Order: sequence, then structure tokens, then C-alpha cells
Amino acid sequence: MGTLARAFADALGLLWNMEPALVEAVVLTLQVTLIALVIALVIGVPIGAAIGLTRHLPGRWLIVPLIYTGMGLPPVTVGLFTYLVLSNQGPLGGLGWLFTPAGMIVAQTIIAFPLVVGLTMAAVQGVDPNLPVQMLSLGATRRQVATVTLLEARVGVTAAVVAAYGAIISEVGAVMLVGGNIEGETRVLTTAIVLETRKGNFALAMALGIILLTLAFVTNFAFHRLQVHQGVR
Amino acid sequence: MLTRIMTFVLAVLLAAACTGGSSNGSRVLRLATTTSTNDSGLLDALLPTFETEYDARVDVVAVGTGQAIALGEAGDADVILVHARAREEAFVAEGHGTARSDVMYNDFVIVGPIDDPAGVTGTLLASDALAAIAAAKATFASRGDDSGTHSKERLLWETAGMTSDPDTYWYKSLGQGMGSTLGYANEVGAYTLTDRGTFLAQGESLPDLRVMVGGASIDENTDPALLNPYGVIPVHPDKGGIDAELGNLFVEWLTSIEVQEKIETFGIDSFGQPLFYPNSAPWRSR
Repeated sequence: MGTLARAFADALGLLWNMEPALVEAVVLTLQVTLIALVIALVIGVPIGAAIGLTRHLPGRWLIVPLIYTGMGLPPVTVGLFTYLVLSNQGPLGGLGWLFTPAGMIVAQTIIAFPLVVGLTMAAVQGVDPNLPVQMLSLGATRRQVATVTLLEARVGVTAAVVAAYGAIISEVGAVMLVGGNIEGETRVLTTAIVLETRKGNFALAMALGIILLTLAFVTNFAFHRLQVHQGVR
Repeated sequence: MLTRIMTFVLAVLLAAACTGGSSNGSRVLRLATTTSTNDSGLLDALLPTFETEYDARVDVVAVGTGQAIALGEAGDADVILVHARAREEAFVAEGHGTARSDVMYNDFVIVGPIDDPAGVTGTLLASDALAAIAAAKATFASRGDDSGTHSKERLLWETAGMTSDPDTYWYKSLGQGMGSTLGYANEVGAYTLTDRGTFLAQGESLPDLRVMVGGASIDENTDPALLNPYGVIPVHPDKGGIDAELGNLFVEWLTSIEVQEKIETFGIDSFGQPLFYPNSAPWRSR
């Protein structure tokens, strides 16, 4: 019990003192997570909407189960794949992205992408199928149909954003492998938690966990306010 | 009806989970140890005989030395087997363990990239090599995880007259295990301190690294500071829930000449040299 109580005290102490190592880890965590999220959204939402709207997509019987499988990709496997691709011996070794935040963003984007595509597709499919038909008959372009459908499906699309964000901010296996957990360079909150646990600093590790959860809560709170603004409760 | 089926399924699963683990052996010894003893395969080779002889099961928790010691302090392990001499002695002095016994040793080596930018190949003392690496500002990868290897590395920096864990661009504090740290060093061309066993075991995946200080085997190691002794400590029974009797039996067994002989030959088949050298009191006075 003592350790748990100390964890909460430590968490407050760390936040209060704005420890430089903690600030670095928090900033890097947010940077990597948000950049990966934005990339995954920019590519994934249109693809998800297109798949959801195209009822007679050739190969749908294969594409949809593939996306569903991707939604459950083990992060460690994604990390290993990214590691091998970015390694000196790998096809993209020349980029020099291994053990850098750029490499971590690549891995996180791969993890977030199927979640965004799959949940956007499901959200779009939930919209009344008559809507696109009516719009098309009234002379709307396909792009306009997609935009309006996405707006109608915004609750589900927000769920896609939240799910992808939650998956990558809490992810540890891939960023550990690809980033290398280098102090001051690629150490994020999750890898710091693993490190402090291995050192036996259980209270400090738990304190970092509390800070990570707080960070996730603050962001999700903001997402929710945004939804409320759109008239959804 | 559905609820009933679900309840039944849950009950079956729970029962299976509870009995599944304890099918062999009536007593359980919780051994907290470092990754090096486990990853090398040594424990897999030794423990089955203990389990048969004493009708017990050994649950191995292989973690960093820091966490292994913390598990002992919390009473979450019956015995610890680690390699960080000063911290082992503190563990006993603070009353967490009953007594420390020598078990075995191996050695550390400094490895680095083939082109050797700091020119340390053949340096006799590890601390001199570290000084040369610092002078050349060549990239050095540190475990940075408070492990036994990291503790040794700190000592070597201090012997070289420098502060350990320097906050500078060429010193990379990874906070990862030995395998990952070696992988990093191989990838970016960095120097690092490693136990010889892990380096030998991973040899094929580290084509760009060579031993710079420590020679090809422990007999050629020129620096006594690179010796790496392992100690075993039973956790003090005051913690509660500790099987002290089994813990003591384990220590007696591990230090016995019979088991020490097995340690002496372990690894010769795969690596052409032993990974650990026996060093228990009974062994030394045999």
C-alpha cells in the first residue's frame, strides 16, 4: 500500500517541480502521438469513407477482414517490421530514421491507420443509405456526398480519432524497439515507465503512469468538448 | 440460460487457471534473477534437477538487477541471484536478506565498431579505453537501467577519473536490456560494455561489433576490474510468506560441487567456451 500512496505523492511532486526529464518525455510523447495521429487521419479517413460509401467495391470480401485484422495488429510486430525496414540493412536504412522520433512516428502511424480506416468505414456505413442516393439525384458531386456523409457520421469518426489516439499514446513495444528509449532523444512516457519498473523504482513508474493517464484524459476531455460543440452528447 | 452457460464456462476456466500452474511439485520457490542468467539458458539447464530432487517448482522472474533486488525487498521473491556486489552487500546489511554466497563469475568486455574511431583495440584496462572514447567523443551506448552491468560501467568511468552517466551528446543512455543495447551499438557504430555471455550468444546478429578490451576469452582478459561475480541471497523470512527453508536448500544446492561442475561446462557445446565460471566456497575449497 505504501508504494501506491507514494506513487500519487511522487506524481504530484514531479508535476509541481516540472522535472526537465519529465517535461522532455511529455513533450516528445505528445509530439510523436499527435503527428502520427494527424498523418493516420489525413490518409485513413478518406480511405475509410471511400470504402464505406462504395457498396459494390471489388475485393471487399478481402479488404474488410484485412482492415479488421489490422485493427488488432500487435504493436511489437509493427515495431519489429519498422525496425527491420529502417535498419542499416533494411530497404529504407539510408533515411537514418532508426532510433529517432521520425521512426517512432512511422511505427505509430502504421498502428493507428487501420483503426482510423476501420472505424471511419463502420461510421459511414451507419449513415442512412438513402442520403447519398438522394444527394446524387439532386446533382451533388461525389466529393460533396462524402463530406456530408462524414458530417452525419461525425460521432463514429470522432470515436475513430479517440481509439487511434488511445492506442498510440499508451503503446510501448513499438516505440521501445524503433526509438531505443534514448534519454533526452527518444524516451517517451511509456518507455520511461518500463525503465523505472525494471530499475525497481515502482513508485516513480506508477507516478509516470498517473501522468500518462492524466495526459490522455485531458486530450479526450478536449475531444469530447468538441463533440458537444457539434451538438452531440 | 445464456447467463448460466457463461457462469459455467467462467467457472471451468477459473478452475483450470488455478490448477494448471501447480500440476508438478508441492512447493514453489520464487527466484528473482537477472536476464543474463536466464537468457543464456543456464537456469533451464540447471533447475530441472533441483525441481526433481526437492519435489518443488522454481518460478523464475528474470528482470534487471534493480528490479530483482526490489522484488526481494518487497518479499515478492524467496531468493535473489544477481550481479552487483555493492548492492548485494547493502541488501544483506539492511536486513532484507540473510547472507550472500558466491556462486560463479564471468566477465565484461568493451565492444565497439570495427573501424574503432577511438583507437581502443588492445587497451589493457577498461577505464583507459573509456577515457580514450571520451577524448575522441565517440558514441558510447549505456544500458542506463541501473542493472549490474550499468553499475559496473559507472565504476569504470569513475576509475577513469570521470563522472558517470555524463550528460553529453556522444553518451547515449538507453534504458534497455543488454540485447537491445548491443543491437543499438551494432546499428549506429557505438561502443558499449557488455557481459561476454550475451555478446557471444548474440554474435551472429552483431556483424559490425568486435571485442576491443577483454580478449577472445576470459583467460585473455587483461583487466581484473572486468570480472563479474554473481551472488545468491535468501530473502529474510521476517518479510512473511517467504519459504526460507526451501530458499536455504536452493543456495546449498546451487553452491554444491555437483551443480558447480555443471556450471563449468555449460555453453561449451554452443560457444566453444563456458559462459560462467564456478566460484562457490565449496568449489574453491574442494
